[in-house]
Amino acid sequence: MIKLQNVEKVYRTSSIETLALNNINLNVKKGEFVSIMGPSGCGKSTLLNIIGLLDAPSKGQIEIDGSPVERFTDKHLAELRNRKLGFIFQSFHLINDLSVIDNVEIPLLYRNSSGRERRELAQEALEKVGLSNRMKHFPKQLSGGQKQRVAIARAIVGKPEIILADEPTGNLDSAMGNEILSILQKLNEDGTTIVMVTHDEAMAKKTHRLVRLFDGTQVQ
Amino acid sequence: MLSNYIKIAWKVLLRHPFYTFITLFGITLTLAVLMIVTSFLDHLFGPHYPENKRGRSLYVATVMRTDSANMTMSTGPASFGLLTKHAKSLKSAERVAIMSNFSFSNTYVNGKRIKLNTKYTDADFWYVTGFEFLEGKPYDDTNIRNSDHVVVITDALRDQYFENNGKSVVGKEIEIENINYRVIGVVKGSPPTRVYTYSDVYFPYTAPKSNYESKGLQGRYVAIVLAKDASDIPSIQSEFDSNISKITLPEIKDGGNYNVLKVKAEPYFDHFLNTFARSDADKVAFYSIAALVLLMVMGLPAVNLVNVNVSRILERASEIGVRKAFGAPSKALLWQFIIENIFITFIGGTFALIIAYLAIRFINSSGWIAYADLTINFPVFVISIIVCLVFGLLSGVLPAFRMSRLKIAEALKA
Repeated sequence: MIKLQNVEKVYRTSSIETLALNNINLNVKKGEFVSIMGPSGCGKSTLLNIIGLLDAPSKGQIEIDGSPVERFTDKHLAELRNRKLGFIFQSFHLINDLSVIDNVEIPLLYRNSSGRERRELAQEALEKVGLSNRMKHFPKQLSGGQKQRVAIARAIVGKPEIILADEPTGNLDSAMGNEILSILQKLNEDGTTIVMVTHDEAMAKKTHRLVRLFDGTQVQ
Repeated sequence: MLSNYIKIAWKVLLRHPFYTFITLFGITLTLAVLMIVTSFLDHLFGPHYPENKRGRSLYVATVMRTDSANMTMSTGPASFGLLTKHAKSLKSAERVAIMSNFSFSNTYVNGKRIKLNTKYTDADFWYVTGFEFLEGKPYDDTNIRNSDHVVVITDALRDQYFENNGKSVVGKEIEIENINYRVIGVVKGSPPTRVYTYSDVYFPYTAPKSNYESKGLQGRYVAIVLAKDASDIPSIQSEFDSNISKITLPEIKDGGNYNVLKVKAEPYFDHFLNTFARSDADKVAFYSIAALVLLMVMGLPAVNLVNVNVSRILERASEIGVRKAFGAPSKALLWQFIIENIFITFIGGTFALIIAYLAIRFINSSGWIAYADLTINFPVFVISIIVCLVFGLLSGVLPAFRMSRLKIAEALKA
């Protein structure tokens, strides 16, 4: 489903060149739950960004469902992110000026769906994460765990095939972290492919496969 | 989608009230000035009292005679004779009015001098224009034929001369330049910015000192040709041109070295423009200067607003990242920020409209322009809306374009 071949990412400034990822080869199959682990600064988030088409590799090839994406236009990439991918971020990245339901609707804004359809799907997604009673609230009125559940609702509202989670439990206590993980596990059981970056060994062990990075190199 | 954008724009405005105040203040001030200018231009060139029929009127106001090399020229209003023969006779027109340019005269009340603007007209003047008669009626062809000493005066002169306390002055006499005239009608006056209808006193053209019988092509008269419909204007113009082309060379030369005659029947604005921009090059220069002035008036505040907008949108880098991550193409984000900016501009536009309305009321009542009738009418309103849109686009496109190009991973880090 997702295939990375010889992927390399270099960050360049006028004086320094930093190799963030070096020769990464990864193949994520449909329905897998893969975790990416490694110490801070080892390139986990960079890798996830590249898998999620949020950033382009300096070298190498990415294939999604067998199609190499490097020649895709901005419009085509946007459509691919919209239809196939859902993102969950460590710091939630909710838009504070929008209500919970408006936040959840965001991916559907870029599809040809009616306002009513968007509302119904957003309600459905919020019900799945147990937040249907908070639809009119604003992110600032929610706890960290609730915010992350809203972020999950936003990630799943468009029914994507792949969810990419960047340390989704990193800002939560362990009880809330476990709750979020069980939601992700449930989504995976229902057929969603999940790639999750985590620091937490225990969390990683609950996934199907572990990819370990060190200084931008894949070590496991 | 639109409501989502507007909700965000509204919330962003509420986020920093002082920032918002500065932004809206700039937008409001700029747009209010533009609205007042638009209203003034509409006052000058639009179809307003008493020239309400400008939309289907042509003005014959200048006779130009030149030599074939265009080295020397003689320009001025037309003679009564030329207009009678070549304009009044137009078959395709509904009616043609002839009037003199206004001149000056004096009258005295209790030893106190009143300066007057006077105008000589034919009877059709009252048909072609839309003067409102507060008392009495206009003079007609019979009065003109009989050389009756009758006048139509404005309400302002009536109040000044007769101090009438609300009683009718029709039938009363007014002495102008030692001649007594009977007041036949009182009209609501025309603003001095409408020079072809503005006056304090209107005389039939057969009254003394009208010089309507002067020979030659040039004189002191102007004609307004009224078309039945605006679509008839081209055919009237070609009929008029054909009439003018029949004027013989001896008539044109009239003792001078001139052999080229230029007399046009033109819509009001074209006539106005031709008085100082006669050649195509002059017109291009005029429009270029006008566009430059407009660009300066709108462009400089817009550039300022661009800076404010860039810093404002930069705050929202994370939102841009999120939207892009969830499938927003750059084009959709570009539109989002443009729509938001237009929304903000329209809020400023609403305030500007209120300020412009109050300023216009003040100008109208201040007496700076007699009978000033500046308004925010439908055309002015539509132009104001277009100005708001242009201003919104001008100040929003660049920041929106910059922000829509942000790299997602970088935007999410912000």
